[in-house]
Amino acid sequence: MIMRSMLALLIAALAPRPGVAQEPADAPPALSSARDSAIDRDTRALASQLRCPVCQGLSIEDSPSELSQQMRGLVRDQLRAGKSPDDVKRYFVSKYGEWILLSPPAHGVNTLIYALPLVALASGAALIAIVVRRWTRVANTEEDGAPRGRETSDEITRV
Amino acid sequence: MDWRRSTIGAAIALPVIALLAFGMTRDPRDIPSPLPGRMAPDFVLASFTSPTGSTPARADSVHLAAMRGDVVVVNVWASWCLACRDEHPVLREIGRRYAGTDVHFLGVLYNDNVESGRRWISEMGGQSYPALEDPGARTAIDYGVYGVPETFFVGRDGRVAYKHTGPITEGVLIAKIEELRKAHPVAVAPADAAGGTAR
Repeated sequence: MIMRSMLALLIAALAPRPGVAQEPADAPPALSSARDSAIDRDTRALASQLRCPVCQGLSIEDSPSELSQQMRGLVRDQLRAGKSPDDVKRYFVSKYGEWILLSPPAHGVNTLIYALPLVALASGAALIAIVVRRWTRVANTEEDGAPRGRETSDEITRV
Repeated sequence: MDWRRSTIGAAIALPVIALLAFGMTRDPRDIPSPLPGRMAPDFVLASFTSPTGSTPARADSVHLAAMRGDVVVVNVWASWCLACRDEHPVLREIGRRYAGTDVHFLGVLYNDNVESGRRWISEMGGQSYPALEDPGARTAIDYGVYGVPETFFVGRDGRVAYKHTGPITEGVLIAKIEELRKAHPVAVAPADAAGGTAR
């Protein structure tokens, strides 16, 4: 009797456990980990576009502050809840204004931020072109006319 | 030739100087909040003090929406915040004065632990209104808080009427409360309905 119950115990111990038998069921966790890594990637991408409210020019991705950590958590939770990255961005803009975005969208007065450097670059190039043309014209007329250049260099050596 | 050159120079320099001068008049720390005028984000937060002082009470929760029709002052604070010490006596006294009326005061603890908050309140001589726990600063982020103290005034229509950054003074506190008390909920209801769809 004892032998039989011990044998039964041994069989029970050696028998494949339900958990082991369900090994193929580990596939869904693998899938969910793929989803998690996608959410992590989106969270990082989004967090690096959002400004940390308690820092100077840092994103919430780069800031170690407590508020940034909580904001990152909120970004992740909203993405996990099925919101799109744009929805999450809109949420933060509705709370903090466009100030929260590290690169402001190019509309309204913000367009100036993007347009002004181009305008400055273009006007600088134009200025250089005008000045260079004027210089070369002066140099040409000097070469054509009296050797004023030599005179001045003579003057310089005299001084 | 000279006058032409100086006109061009002035035309370039003056807008730049004007822009810089305008920048000097602005406080870079003052971040405009999009919240005033919008519906106050609703919250249900657990209170960790009794209404009369620092003794721990049962976990009562406070629901903002349940206070619709009344004026609500939401103060965001922390025990580590020095400026909160300056404003606390004002909030405590004015809060006590309005207790039991149509004006409610709520203190939301920001990035702090409840134990420190509770100790701070007893050090500061108690608090006449509930202190609320905000796990993960979710409510603070919902209100666009970026520093403490910040105080939000919610009107009878449930909209944020005004946001005050930094320690609040008695004059501002009373003026804003009385301004909002005058507004009749029935009178603002149509505007509320119209504004609700605006954004």
